[in-house]
Amino acid sequence: MGIWIMAGVTFREAARKKILWMALAAGLAFLALFGTGLHYQMKDLAARGMKPILLKQIPGAMLMVGLYAIDLLTVVMTVLVSVDTLSGEIASGTIQAVATKPLPRWQIVLGKWMGFAAMMTAYLGLLVGGINAITYGMARVTAHNVPQGFALMWLEGVLLLSVTFFFGTKYSTLTNGVLALGLVGLAFLGGWIEQIGAATNTTSAVNVGIVASILMPSEALWRRAANAMQSPLAGMLNISPFSSASLPSFTMVAYAGVYAALALFFAVRRFSRRDL
Amino acid sequence: MMQAGESASTTAGQIAAQPAADLAIATRGLRKVFDGKVAVRSLTLEVPRGEIFGFLGPNGAGKSTSLKMLLGLVRPTRGQATVLACPAGDVRTRRKIGFLPEHFRFYDWLTSAELLRLHGRLYGMSRDRLRRKIPELLDLVGLAEHAGKRLRDFSKGMLQRIGLAQALLNDPELIFLDEPTSGLDPAGRRLVRDIIKAQRQRGATVLLNSHLLSEVEITCDRVAFIKHGEVIETRDLKSLLEGQTTVRVHAANLTPEMAAGVERWASSVALQDHQLTLSVPSREVLPQVLRYLVSRGAEIYEFTPQRLSLEERFLEIVGSDGGL
Repeated sequence: MGIWIMAGVTFREAARKKILWMALAAGLAFLALFGTGLHYQMKDLAARGMKPILLKQIPGAMLMVGLYAIDLLTVVMTVLVSVDTLSGEIASGTIQAVATKPLPRWQIVLGKWMGFAAMMTAYLGLLVGGINAITYGMARVTAHNVPQGFALMWLEGVLLLSVTFFFGTKYSTLTNGVLALGLVGLAFLGGWIEQIGAATNTTSAVNVGIVASILMPSEALWRRAANAMQSPLAGMLNISPFSSASLPSFTMVAYAGVYAALALFFAVRRFSRRDL
Repeated sequence: MMQAGESASTTAGQIAAQPAADLAIATRGLRKVFDGKVAVRSLTLEVPRGEIFGFLGPNGAGKSTSLKMLLGLVRPTRGQATVLACPAGDVRTRRKIGFLPEHFRFYDWLTSAELLRLHGRLYGMSRDRLRRKIPELLDLVGLAEHAGKRLRDFSKGMLQRIGLAQALLNDPELIFLDEPTSGLDPAGRRLVRDIIKAQRQRGATVLLNSHLLSEVEITCDRVAFIKHGEVIETRDLKSLLEGQTTVRVHAANLTPEMAAGVERWASSVALQDHQLTLSVPSREVLPQVLRYLVSRGAEIYEFTPQRLSLEERFLEIVGSDGGL
């Protein structure tokens, strides 16, 4: 019961503080921008009399860039929105009035986590669904395997949420944010080093990327998601930046799942044991 | 070796050998060390059910940390604590506990009624019970008109009042009040006193942590003096404030003979112009002193027994250095 109350409070807080509405407005603005860009692109391509096969590839590529932006936005939003929830309430003492109520502490953490996970899911669902609807409406193109891609992007959001919770049980809000986003940046850079390394057959560079993915597998999840969503043709031809010359293995996806679960587990454990 | 708190309790003759079930709070050698710094050295304490118990001590004496250990917010480094016959921090026991933190803070985007509803639900209270209880409590703490106002627009005193209301939501058997009158105006302080009295009548136990000694003096049955995270002494307030009383008499026609005459009841008699001060071993002799002075022709304007205040006693026990 306590879990649902805490999840509800978390959701309501985001709505009351207008975070939810702002994120929604930003998401809609993003979609509107994408739609406008695609509209002019399509108009121009049609005017030039481009071959139908290419006419599909270009909006497909734009869709992938849009999805990549959505992926980054979701990760950053997830960290920013949840970064203060534990550390901030511990620092201000707000948590004391809740933690002395008859609910075990793990329910406080899991309830909050669920509230944020629900928001992240809704946000990601809106953007991924919206961008696919737009490209379909304008160019009859959608991402190749949307459910699989969505699931992998969702796991990435969950991973960052859990990591933010984990740091939030020990560090201040600012330190937590720096650590979580720092790891995202590390993974981002590592992912591209690995890609370029694979394209140029540089094993050491690939290994650097793998190490970065072990430290934070968020970018690896995106690359699996991109691989699932892009058109098989673009993937095969290696013409897209998401062609995944070095595709992360399924083991890396499983590793990311375990990573997220452990981060949440240790967040709960540390919060349950720490002084408030 | 006997702990300081133990010996004091025994001398006060109040709670020696209480059965555990009759105790709202019992601690033995409770200790907390934060990063090598001792916050609470060794807290040994027994508070019977139904008592209004005051926690007195200078800043940094470990009062709040002690309270937090009893509430399960802070893990003791060592020692034992039972609250309502269960280990401190027990989740189910928290249903019977109310707590007003020192600096009450809560989600300021909630209205006062929403705050109480949320806390009530965390206590597992039914919607029906909350529908009755919330207006009742808002009325009690004088916030009935502000039920729909958000906490971010509340003054410090109003926050303290709503915090107090949430501490009483579940009709708790044991209430922890950490500095409940800080931020309150005199009317608010009076309200807190009345609420504490009402809780006593209901049979609840109240642990009051306050640095306002006059508050403690008015409301508490017993007090524990804490210094360096240790109970120096626990005393019955009545016995603490009884005993030697100084009296100041302001009168016309006072003579040195009269001063000599009152020496049969009093010591340290001093006469200066129209003022006579004297010290009596017990308040019971005061009517005789007064009658004597009147019969000798003194025209009395003022006859004021000066009780030894808790503050003086506090400084005596804890030391004027404030225990630092």
